[in-house]
Amino acid sequence: MSERVVHIRNLHKSFGDLDVLKGVDLDLFREENVVVLGRSGTGKSVLIKIMVGLLRQDEGIMEVLGREVSTLSTKDLNSLRLKIGFSFQNSALYDSMTVRENMEFPLVRNIKNLTKKEITYRIEELLDAVGLPQTINQMPSELSGGQKKRIGVARTLILNPEIMLYDEPTAGLDPITCVEINNLINEVRERYKTTSIVITHDLTCAKMTGDRMAVLLDGQFKAMGTFDEVFPRATDQRIKSFYDYNFTET
Amino acid sequence: MAGEASDRKPFISKKIDKFFKGLADAWNFVKRFWQEVFLPPYEFKEVIHQCYRIGVESLPLISLTGFIVGIVFTNQSRPSLSEFGATSWLPSLISIAVVRAMGPLVTALIAAGKVGSSIGAEIGSMKVTEQIDAMEVSATNPFKFLVVTRVIATTFMIPILVMYTDFVALIGSFLNVNANELVSLSTFFVQVFESVSFLDIWSSVLKSLLFGFTIGIVGCYKGYNSSKGTEGVGRAANSAVVISMFLIFIEELLALQIVNAIRGM
Repeated sequence: MSERVVHIRNLHKSFGDLDVLKGVDLDLFREENVVVLGRSGTGKSVLIKIMVGLLRQDEGIMEVLGREVSTLSTKDLNSLRLKIGFSFQNSALYDSMTVRENMEFPLVRNIKNLTKKEITYRIEELLDAVGLPQTINQMPSELSGGQKKRIGVARTLILNPEIMLYDEPTAGLDPITCVEINNLINEVRERYKTTSIVITHDLTCAKMTGDRMAVLLDGQFKAMGTFDEVFPRATDQRIKSFYDYNFTET
Repeated sequence: MAGEASDRKPFISKKIDKFFKGLADAWNFVKRFWQEVFLPPYEFKEVIHQCYRIGVESLPLISLTGFIVGIVFTNQSRPSLSEFGATSWLPSLISIAVVRAMGPLVTALIAAGKVGSSIGAEIGSMKVTEQIDAMEVSATNPFKFLVVTRVIATTFMIPILVMYTDFVALIGSFLNVNANELVSLSTFFVQVFESVSFLDIWSSVLKSLLFGFTIGIVGCYKGYNSSKGTEGVGRAANSAVVISMFLIFIEELLALQIVNAIRGM
C-alpha cells in the first residue's frame, strides 16, 4: 500500500448553530485522486480549507503529510502550505497583476535567490503545461473562465506541491471546457506526481478524475469507493438522485 | 443555555454588543499592524507602488481643490478685512488658515474619499473573491502585503500631499491677491512666512501623519473584514470613507486643543 498523505478522523466543524462537518473520516494515499461529492453547502470546501489552515476544526484530527494542521505554528503551517496547491473555485487570480506577476508572486516570496531567467523559465514551462503560453502578459480580466482556471492551476503548481486541492474546478464552465479541465487534472497528476482532492458536484468531473469517490451527506461521508461502487447501484435515495440528476435527467 | 439567553437579547442590547465587538476587532487590527510593521519580510516594492498610487495619482484632484480653496477663501475673506481697511493682512490670514487647518483638513478629506474608498473596495473585493485566501495558502502574509504597505503609504504620503496642497492654495490665494491688491509674489510670501511659525508647520505635519494613518487603517480594516459579496464591497468602501472622515474631524479637534495648549505655554 502506498504512503498515506492525509489522515482525517472524527472531524467536526460548525459555524454558529450550524453543524457542517459531523465526524468526517478520510485517508488519502500518495498519487491518488479522491473526489469529494456533495450538494452545495454540505461542507466540502470547509474540509479542504481546514486542510490548509484557512479554517480550524472544532474537534478531530486533520493530519497532512504526518503533521496535525491545527497545532502548527505560523512558520510550520507556511512550510506545509508550500507542499499543498489550492485551486480556488473562482481561480482567485490577483486581478491587479498580469499572469506573469500572478505566477511570480508565490515563487519569489518562497524561493530565494532565483535569477530572472530561472523565474521566466519556470513560468513559461508551466504556462506551456496548461496550454496558455500566449497569456503571459495578459490581465486576468482579459481571460475566459476556463483560462482563469488553468492559470490558477499553473500558479499553484509553481511551487511543486505534493498535494493538489481543487475546489469546484468545473463550476460555471461549458461542457467542453469542463472536459479540458478534467483532462488537465489528470495530466497534472501524471506529470507532477501529485495527490489530489477534487471538490465537486459534477459527476462527469468525478468520473473522469477520481480514483475514489467520497459522498458527503449530513456532515459525514456516507459512501466511499470507486465510481461504479458508489453510484450506479446506490441504495441511498439521496446518492441515487445525485446520480440520476447528473446522468439520466435532462 | 447561554446561547438561548443571548438569542433572547433585545435589539438595542445586540446593537451595543455588536458595537463593542467591532471596537475590539478594530483595536486588534491596529495592534496587529504595529506588531507586523517592524518584522521582516519588508515589502519595499509594494510600499513604493502604493506611495505612487496614493500620492501621484491624487495630485490632479488635490491640485484643483487646493487651488480653488486658496482663491475662494481669499475672495470670501476680503470683504470682512476691507471693512477695517486691513486687506494687506490677507496673506497672513490665508497662510495661517491654510497651514494650520484648511490644508491638512481638505487634503485628508479628499484623500479619505479617493484613497480610503479605493483601499476599502480593492481589499474588500480581494476578500470576497478569495484572493486574500490565495495569498495565505501560498505562504504569503496577506496582512503584511496588503495592509501594512497601504497604511505605511498613506501615513507618509498624506503629509507630503498636505504640504503640496498648502503651496497650491497659497498660489491660488496669491493670484487673487495680486489681481486685486497688486501685491508681488515676494511680498506675498514674505508675509506668509512671517505669519507662520514652526509650531504651525510641525503640528500640521504631525496631524497629517495621523490623518494618513487613519485613512489607511480604516480603509484596510473595512476591506479586510468585508463579507456578503459585492454588496459587502460597496459597504466597505462607503463605511471606510464615512468613518475616516468622522475620525479626521475628531482628530482635528483634539490636535487643535493640544496645539493651543502648547502655544499658551
